[in-house]
Amino acid sequence: MLIFNQNLPMNRIKSHMILPVKTGKKIKFTFDGKSLSAYDGEIISSALFANGIKIFSYHHKDKSPQGIFCANGQCSQCTVMVDGLAVKACVNKIKAGMRVETLKGLPEISELEEEGKFGEIEEIETDVLIIGGGPSGLSAAAELGKLNISTLIVDDKHKLGGKLVLQTHKFFGSVEDCFAGTRGIDIADKLEEQVRAYPAVNIWLNCECVGVFSDQKVGALYNGKYFLIKPKALIVAAGAREKSLPFSGNTLPGVYGAGAFQTLVNRDLIKPSKKLFILGAGNVGLIAAYHALQAGIEVVGIAEAMKDAGGYKVHLDKIKRLGVPVYTSHTVLAAKGKKKLESIVLSRVDKNFKPIAGSEKTFESDTLLVAVGLNSVNEFYKQAEKARMKVFICGDAQEIAEASAAMFSGKIAAHKVLKSLGIMREDVPKFWSEKLNILKSKPGKIYPNKKNTKKNSVYPIIRCAQEIPCNPCVTVCPKKSIKLSGPSIMKNPEFDGECVGCLKCLLVCPGLAITIVDRRKDKNNPFVYIPFEIERDKIKAGDKVSIADTDGKFLQSAEVIHVKDFSAENTLVIGVKVAAGIADLAASLKLYDAQAPQNALGIKDGIEDSAIVCRCEKVTAGDIKKVLRAGVRDMNRLKAVTRAGMGSCGGKTCSSIIMAIIRSEGINPEEITDFTQRPLFVEVPFGSLCNYESADKPSESGGWSDF
Amino acid sequence: MKVRTSHRKAAAGAIFKNMNFYDIIIIGAGSVGTPLAMFLAEKKKKVLIIDSLPSAGQGQNKAAIGGIRATHSDGSKIKIGLESIEIFSNWKKKTGIDIGWMKNGYCFPIYGEHDEMMLKEMLKVQQSHGLNIRWINKKEIVKLAPGINEKDLRGGTYSPDDGSASPLLALNVFYEYALKSGAIFKFNEKVISILKGKNIVKGVLTDKEKYFAPIVVNAAGAYAREISKTVDIDIPVMPDCHEAGITEPVLTGIKPMIVDIMPGLKSKNYYFYSNSENQIIFCLTPSPAIWGDDRDSTSQFLPEISQRMIQLIPKLANIKVRRVWRGLYPMTPDGFPIVDFSKRLKGYVLAAGMCGQGFMLGPGLGKVLSNIIAGDKPKENRARIKGFELNRKFEGQEKLK
Repeated sequence: MLIFNQNLPMNRIKSHMILPVKTGKKIKFTFDGKSLSAYDGEIISSALFANGIKIFSYHHKDKSPQGIFCANGQCSQCTVMVDGLAVKACVNKIKAGMRVETLKGLPEISELEEEGKFGEIEEIETDVLIIGGGPSGLSAAAELGKLNISTLIVDDKHKLGGKLVLQTHKFFGSVEDCFAGTRGIDIADKLEEQVRAYPAVNIWLNCECVGVFSDQKVGALYNGKYFLIKPKALIVAAGAREKSLPFSGNTLPGVYGAGAFQTLVNRDLIKPSKKLFILGAGNVGLIAAYHALQAGIEVVGIAEAMKDAGGYKVHLDKIKRLGVPVYTSHTVLAAKGKKKLESIVLSRVDKNFKPIAGSEKTFESDTLLVAVGLNSVNEFYKQAEKARMKVFICGDAQEIAEASAAMFSGKIAAHKVLKSLGIMREDVPKFWSEKLNILKSKPGKIYPNKKNTKKNSVYPIIRCAQEIPCNPCVTVCPKKSIKLSGPSIMKNPEFDGECVGCLKCLLVCPGLAITIVDRRKDKNNPFVYIPFEIERDKIKAGDKVSIADTDGKFLQSAEVIHVKDFSAENTLVIGVKVAAGIADLAASLKLYDAQAPQNALGIKDGIEDSAIVCRCEKVTAGDIKKVLRAGVRDMNRLKAVTRAGMGSCGGKTCSSIIMAIIRSEGINPEEITDFTQRPLFVEVPFGSLCNYESADKPSESGGWSDF
Repeated sequence: MKVRTSHRKAAAGAIFKNMNFYDIIIIGAGSVGTPLAMFLAEKKKKVLIIDSLPSAGQGQNKAAIGGIRATHSDGSKIKIGLESIEIFSNWKKKTGIDIGWMKNGYCFPIYGEHDEMMLKEMLKVQQSHGLNIRWINKKEIVKLAPGINEKDLRGGTYSPDDGSASPLLALNVFYEYALKSGAIFKFNEKVISILKGKNIVKGVLTDKEKYFAPIVVNAAGAYAREISKTVDIDIPVMPDCHEAGITEPVLTGIKPMIVDIMPGLKSKNYYFYSNSENQIIFCLTPSPAIWGDDRDSTSQFLPEISQRMIQLIPKLANIKVRRVWRGLYPMTPDGFPIVDFSKRLKGYVLAAGMCGQGFMLGPGLGKVLSNIIAGDKPKENRARIKGFELNRKFEGQEKLK
């Protein structure tokens, strides 16, 4: 059995199945006076994590320790002092000799060494501005570039692709429309290549939009300079942000979102955790679990309040059979730890999602990912609408869906822009919208996969029982023996016909849901070929491995006969010899056994009221409930009274939590007046807003790790 | 003026199956209407407050940055200002509720000879009204605003008894106290017109109901003129737009409200202070004035004010701006409010044209107006708002708008 080696240096990923391990020039910096090393140009928060530092500051209101939260420059939880200035650790790069310190309370502003100079603010005109270089924004840019429309696409990251650049898994969908069967990181490259081929498309990376103003100009920080952009039309493709949940201890360092985790792990190759727990079994949570396994992190469990996981069943199965327990009808009641997360308390919930007293159990865990869904980032769209601009929205900013759908909606947005500018007369083709609707489909019904009744001696076992929009296995089979059970791409694949054991279907399947059984050599002890993309060098021919069925149930211990490394696909195919009776059941290698929970003691009643709703201003669930119960229904008044939403993140985190509390209080959401959205989208120093150049300017940010 | 008819009329109303009779109706639950409602309700008046927005203070109140001063250039405003300071500064002592009051003073640092002369001239008037204000030298200014640009700094005025409070918290408590004393608030309800008899006010008509009262107070802020037109009384109130913003909380050592009256490229004066949450809150007067009621920020504002603030105090360059907004100053031609009891239409009360100072004048004005309405030393109280009469020539100019 494979055991995670606890003695390895835990804070950096030394090898990764999919991602190249980056190194760089080693530099020295200090943290609270202690000399530490990092890679030059690495993001400060990752440099600190690599050195095992997870507490960045102590909040000025309640002195509580704070660590990373969004890892995306949106909140200010990760603020540290760098050479005397308060900066966000997650977007600023580390340099040799930097003096980094824990921020305790409020930062003090010191006088400048010397006075600087004010620069002009350049105004940029363009036909189309696209905010966001993810799948939808890039697809829109490609459509516009094709027709030579002057287009500026801006993105706050160092690389195009949006969240695709963090996705090491293969994507669903259809091969012809959205690169199904290709890994997210590779799709990002392909989309970028497309866009870069069009000279009319200008790309600004590390560019942060800060607001859309009433005079129809968009303020943006690019390479440390402030610009005003005046487009004829605007496309908002700003993606999504994660929802959060209130529970006791939810602001402890070590509790953060799945997006932040993917950034640390898949962008910066940091191993931030030894024992990971995940709250939420939607696609985001399930994928995060898989990414953790790929990074060599033990996933203690996944909790899901619903009675079934909300993500694709293939994603769920993939991690279950590797040994990760999934606790449905459960929620996290509390995160516990002195200064950072040490354990979590899980509780079973009833059908109204209320915790059941007495069902509490506790798990050791140093990191809890909150992956309870996404919200659209649509502030720019709303602001632009108010400014009466020609504005269009696509991708997750419009509606949360898979990247495949986002690409299509970007195309549609571009078409609408062309029409609004009078360049194109026709409406959006009807079949585009139809296709978009299919790609947007939520996972459908589950049908048991049809058993292969023919007596082939080599054949695939397809464990793809749920209706999802996906078909690469059909596309790749050289014998055309895999077909969907109906005309829609949502239908389940079935094997019927001849199989040559070419492994193509096994390799392309995004769900890793296909194994090949080969009885040709040994009828009694057939070979089973299993896809594996967790760790490259861990398994060798001759090893004994645990074999599990599709639910993670241990079947038998088996000998590895050979390991084929398909390096182009970054996938290993492990051939094992199993007993004849279990060949069709053998779905996966099982990595480890689940951690047994301990009984939880000392859980107090009303514990949920101590949960923090607004982490910037430290407003609790109890505070919010009190105000709601007093009859407040205008979020702006709630904000005035409690300060919830007044913090550095601008209400990005607490709004959805407050809505959840409103629902749980039995208040009709229609009675609610929403927060008024105003610029700025992120905090910007006075100096940047007038292009003030002084020696004391904080180190260049907007940045992302590119060491 | 005394309201004697109230209870009888209310009772009569009940017989006609209409409970919509009140002693006083206030149009606008903002900086002026809300504290007025509180004082009237505390005097056991049956008060109705109508506002078109979803809750109290959602108009210009929440756009105010919170400065509270008595250091104006005219008697009535000074008196009302002092009354307001009295209320704000004692609030916590009296009720135990924190509204963010700080006695941090106002400071006008001066770099030009002309400005120095003008302010020194005004000091005489202000001091003659008993205000605690004086000229301080460069060194004292540097102490109050560490990091301030000392080049050409001539000194400035300082009024240590002025202060600031949170408009959001203050208005919320006034609202809660008004409610507690029995005031009735109707939100999301728009006043269509004021109802009148021959020479007398009868009530108001909204988009939902008719309400009756012998006294109707127009405290509709930026929209006061529109409403007043429904009874053919034109009041010269026109809103113009000012932009404001707030930063992250930081420690700067800057104590008072700093008012820079030097004109900029696209602006007149601007002012800022570090509030009770240690956030710098700032506001700019655009030049030329932007008339109208657009509440959304322009792209001009931040570059302009950032440059001006950094020129004044360079270390502000590294402080992050968090949020910006725009508020309306209901302006009058001379920069003084219009607070008056109409002679043409009995029972119609104007409490409008605050010129951007509704928050700081509101409580003082509310107290004085409530006294007049309730017949409490009416003469004395009327004298205090003499300068705000509608029948004036609007020729003078408030020098410290």
